Amino acid sequence: MIPASFSYRRAESLDDALRWLAEDPQGSKLVAGGHSLLPLMKMRLAAPRRLIDIARVSELIGIREQSGAIVIGAGTVHRDLAGHPDVRQKLPALAEAAGKIGDLQVRNRGTIGGSLSHADPSADLPAALMALAATVDIAGPAGERSLAVEEMMVAPLVTGLAPDEVLVRVRVPIPAAGSRSVYLKHPHPASGYALAGVAVAVTLEPAGAVTAARVAVTGAGVVPFRATDAETVLIGDRLTPARIAEAAKAAAAAGEFAGDALMSAEYRRQLCRVYVERAISALVD
Amino acid sequence: MNNQDTVQVTMTVNGRTRVEQVEPRLLLAHFLRDHLGLTGTHIGCDTSQCGACTVLLDGQAVKSCTVLAVQADHQAVTTVEGLGQRGGLHPVQQAFWDKHGLQCGFCTPGVMMTAVGLLQQNPTPTSEEIREGLDGVICRCTGYETIVRAVAEAAAVMAGEAGPSAAAANE
Ligand SMILES: Cc1cc2nc3c(=O)[nH]c(=O)nc-3n(C[C@H](O)[C@H](O)[C@H](O)COP(=O)(O)OP(=O)(O)OC[C@H]3O[C@@H](n4cnc5c(N)ncnc54)[C@H](O)[C@@H]3O)c2cc1C
Ligand code: FES
Ligand code: FES
Repeated sequence: MIPASFSYRRAESLDDALRWLAEDPQGSKLVAGGHSLLPLMKMRLAAPRRLIDIARVSELIGIREQSGAIVIGAGTVHRDLAGHPDVRQKLPALAEAAGKIGDLQVRNRGTIGGSLSHADPSADLPAALMALAATVDIAGPAGERSLAVEEMMVAPLVTGLAPDEVLVRVRVPIPAAGSRSVYLKHPHPASGYALAGVAVAVTLEPAGAVTAARVAVTGAGVVPFRATDAETVLIGDRLTPARIAEAAKAAAAAGEFAGDALMSAEYRRQLCRVYVERAISALVD
Repeated sequence: MNNQDTVQVTMTVNGRTRVEQVEPRLLLAHFLRDHLGLTGTHIGCDTSQCGACTVLLDGQAVKSCTVLAVQADHQAVTTVEGLGQRGGLHPVQQAFWDKHGLQCGFCTPGVMMTAVGLLQQNPTPTSEEIREGLDGVICRCTGYETIVRAVAEAAAVMAGEAGPSAAAANE
């Protein structure tokens, strides 16, 4: 399978990318790892007139700590995210989600910016990033703006990005002392994408009371979503199995589920409930 | 720039510098096979699933059916032809031979390149880590058991070569 013809330019800087995008925002596509875009182009489901390669824009690559947040360049590949010591230690749900993406070869190519900009409803990173209260910085002709990851995931394959904008970096606040997070995934047996991917982040007091909680689900629902009702249930005294089960029920009630050839909406809702329950249970002693 | 225009790419393939004019839409897999005649890189699924097309790009295993040749401009590619030669097989090739890690051999170049990429990231993988590392390759005939054994053997040999027990591991 061979993509339709296009012209190609390699950006050396964010400025190059913005300038070239502005020349023809509708006909141009950024390419980072190409692991979502190229399969679409090979199947001729996408046929951009021009590709702007941002994979070597060094200002878009790398992970650093800055003013209480881990800042991840949009062009950082999944392998580097999964293996980064600070990410593993401070943001375990994110390291786990990145390490569970596709396979070794895919993780060597795919980027966090590409994953968020492509907005596959079964992608792993959105759930982890929502649970960790991440935001994205976006550059456009009028300067920079920020969005919560929840605001990026508008609908399947639809994001909060305009065609002339570039996702520059993802900011993940470093969780308070006593915080824990986890990402659990039930992969599709063939594609490996999440049938249910659940990320939970909590902050616990020494005696076990929950002072903060965020729950996010990918794969199971129509779009990745945050289960705020479940979070409300979790905040309070030390967690009991009954309250964990109640939170899982609330998460399943919060999502919008659709059936397809593979499984019914009811089955997906059930998967969501079971995985939320397991993820929360994994975080409490 | 006209859409049909070609662009020049420069790549170091198996240690040799290659300069070619290519269409931007040319896939790295086709570049290697059709432009350079390196047909050891196989195309199985052509949909990023099977890993038969895996090569090393700047040392990392990638599926060359899902990389454009232009994306690899000024990078180094290693294909199975660059792994070893007859009489001087790479430890991964030797281990696939010794442990019966192949049957028909169609998937084998990609599986071996993936294994080399895995061992580069994790030189001492557990059996579980080998299985997870080979998640991106599909073999339809050998069965994965002997493939996993071959990779474990290669890991042991390669670790041994760097250490004092090299002679014993190579016997
Ligand atoms: C076999 C296979 C299995 C996979 N399995 C999984 C899985 O289990 N879980 C999972 O989450 N993902 C999976 N993926 C997807 C993978 O994670 C992709 O790499 C990722 O979704 C896209 O990243 P990319 O850098 O390759 O993006 P590209 O393909 O380069 O780009 C994707 C889209 O994002 C746009 N874009 C890229 N970067 C930016 C930016 N900085 N700013 C604005 N727009 C941008 C592009 O224009 C394009 O529209 C899989 C992919 C493959 C091929
Ligand atoms: S041919 Fe590239 S993954 Fe199958
Ligand atoms: S050896 Fe035949 S497909 Fe793997």
